[in-house]
Amino acid sequence: MIPQPKQMTGAEMVIQALKDHDVEHIFGYPGGAVLPIYDALFAANDLVHVLVRHEQGAIHAAEGYARSTGKCGVALVTSGPGATNAVTGLADALLDSIPLVVLTGQVATHLIGTDAFQECDTVGITRPCTKHNWLVKDIADLPRILHEAFQIATTGRPGPVVVDIPKDIQFKTGGYIGPETVVHRTYRPAYEPDMQAIEQAVKMMANAKRPIFYTGGGIINAGPKASEALRELVELTGFPVTSTLMGLGAYPASGDKWLGMLGMHGTYEANNAMHDCDLMICLGARFDDRVTGRMDAFSPGSKKIHLDIDPSQINKNVRIDLPIIADAGRAIEAMVKEWKFRDYKADRSALGEWWEQITRWRAKRCLEYRGSNELIKPQYAIDRLYQLTKGRDVYITTEVGQHQMWAAQRFHFDEPNRWMTSGGLGTMGYGLPAAMGVQMAHPDSLVIDIAGEGSVQMTMQEMSTAVQYNLPIKIFILNNRYLGMVRQWQQLLHGGRYSHSYSETLPDFVKLADAFGCVGIRATHPDELDAAINKMIDVKRPVLFDCVVDQTENCYPMIPSGAAHNEMLLCDADDHAVSDAGKLLV
Amino acid sequence: MAEAQMTIPKIERHTFAVLVDNEAGVLARVVGLFSGRGYNIESLTVAEVDPTEHTSRITIVTSGTPEILEQIRAQIGRLVPVHRVVDWTVDKPSIAREMALVKVAGIGEKRVEALRIADAFRARPVDTTHTSFVFEITGSPDKISNFVELMQPLGLVEISRTGVVAISRGPDPM
Repeated sequence: MIPQPKQMTGAEMVIQALKDHDVEHIFGYPGGAVLPIYDALFAANDLVHVLVRHEQGAIHAAEGYARSTGKCGVALVTSGPGATNAVTGLADALLDSIPLVVLTGQVATHLIGTDAFQECDTVGITRPCTKHNWLVKDIADLPRILHEAFQIATTGRPGPVVVDIPKDIQFKTGGYIGPETVVHRTYRPAYEPDMQAIEQAVKMMANAKRPIFYTGGGIINAGPKASEALRELVELTGFPVTSTLMGLGAYPASGDKWLGMLGMHGTYEANNAMHDCDLMICLGARFDDRVTGRMDAFSPGSKKIHLDIDPSQINKNVRIDLPIIADAGRAIEAMVKEWKFRDYKADRSALGEWWEQITRWRAKRCLEYRGSNELIKPQYAIDRLYQLTKGRDVYITTEVGQHQMWAAQRFHFDEPNRWMTSGGLGTMGYGLPAAMGVQMAHPDSLVIDIAGEGSVQMTMQEMSTAVQYNLPIKIFILNNRYLGMVRQWQQLLHGGRYSHSYSETLPDFVKLADAFGCVGIRATHPDELDAAINKMIDVKRPVLFDCVVDQTENCYPMIPSGAAHNEMLLCDADDHAVSDAGKLLV
Repeated sequence: MAEAQMTIPKIERHTFAVLVDNEAGVLARVVGLFSGRGYNIESLTVAEVDPTEHTSRITIVTSGTPEILEQIRAQIGRLVPVHRVVDWTVDKPSIAREMALVKVAGIGEKRVEALRIADAFRARPVDTTHTSFVFEITGSPDKISNFVELMQPLGLVEISRTGVVAISRGPDPM
């Protein structure tokens, strides 16, 4: 006998579905069109709701939560402005493949299309910035849609989804079915690799003379086992590894095969190795324009293997010789197995020469900078932060700009899921709320947002949330009073005309911390930095750390716009003539 | 690779068939994908083809370089409600047809000539007054364009075209 579906209201179905999908934390903001769901939430003692101060904060917090746990992030916002405020976070999660289920309230079905109060076309507005979205028009569809939402957000290439639920549907009663009964009609992501492709790929690897692994966020998304498999594959082959911004931590930065990050602010050795390699093995990355530099000069002499779970990434920006459509973990495990099964040995003498070349590139010591006894150099601040937190259970988020690139270059990650940053969309204001989400999931860990004073003001209001929920996040602000990356580009590309990139006025971050009810710390001299950082680490409360740094330091190395991987600038003194075509690029 | 990008890109015209779940907003997803990623739509037709399974079939004529066309296919394929995507220009032999209603107004010799040409194109008048015809014509898009061109000097008033529908030759489904 088929059990009768349990009768409940739409609002109760939402709570039940969250429980059925093992959701423990949600980030949200109430409003008229979600009041029935908030009413149902009132009785749900095993669901922790975090009241943010702005819906963008809810989405970024859910992103940080998801990225640091591998679970789905969940947010709940109201109709109209609640939904539109969530849009930046949705676009961010889509570009960085972060699994999110975002529930939005909507005006009652009979009011849709009447320009009702707090009405907007949420599914229309969020269609291009979600993996999928739904407007629920019938209570009978609600449980199925909720389960499909979790399935689509978390499987295949993960991404954000929106379920838009009109207020009358939240009140209506219907039969609730569990997740196990739902089979999607069309959605079938590929997981298992084609074994012929794996065999061919591994054979190409065994014959390679100048190979490189180019890894990305897909390995992080595939779970910790994928990172383990990568480490084994690297050990077996002895090939060098570089990673995108999103993939940091999949291979340990302390590993001897590690070349550092690649791309616009990647290392000299990683970019030159990408340019000169004869076999590029791209694992879960997508040939983003930040990574490739000038496309027609991108790694001209190499064969390219591309592993991705999303078929649309193959041949999108770069022609691929061998595509593999699969889950990164399963495919890399299959490569390891195949390498062992065939008892392949890498070409030792060729690989030895390749590593000698890499050693010569490394000798450039491209991350070195001119130190100072008077001013805190931003690089020095990151180095000290890394050294003083080393060995601790630490998670790092960032905002967007110079500080983000310095953090990516200099804060070394040995594990996946420890690094949360807005890579694809480049969302200033991501790091502070993301840190809240991380801290919610890891209450005893040290969670630090490496920030700039520009970015952090975009979502600064969330400090109030951190205080309310006793989230001891550390906001480490590299304060140079400039929108540093904008200033750097104005220096390099626009003749030093610093148009509107200097903040004449800034809040006193220490007083601001006091106003929020958290702890403010300031360091202005290199001599006081260590003690200040240690104080920050020891405080078990949220901290705003105002690290006053050199105002005009630039982030190097750098591939200037429109240049190739082997045309890097290492310091201000390097010639940086940028072509007219390059100036058009962002 | 480097050379391929130096040469002038070759623009091709392809016809895609997309079988989708007939759910709310599915057409907007497909159309939004084209506008959002800067692809062209030359024509688009859509209608439900299976009322019990609630599937609709969208036929899109688009143009671009081979690389762009490959991306279009992959991007459509990853939309959640899409069952299948077929590129009729490369996958298998197919036939494509379009229908048009063409209004021509005139009297005397021009009117007689319009009717004569319509007969040669197997276009049939579906509305007739003393001073006008509306012709219904079916055929390949080129045939319709030729017909329209010939009607131009004979008092062409307006045209309504359906856009292309296509299907594979032989017994097999898409």
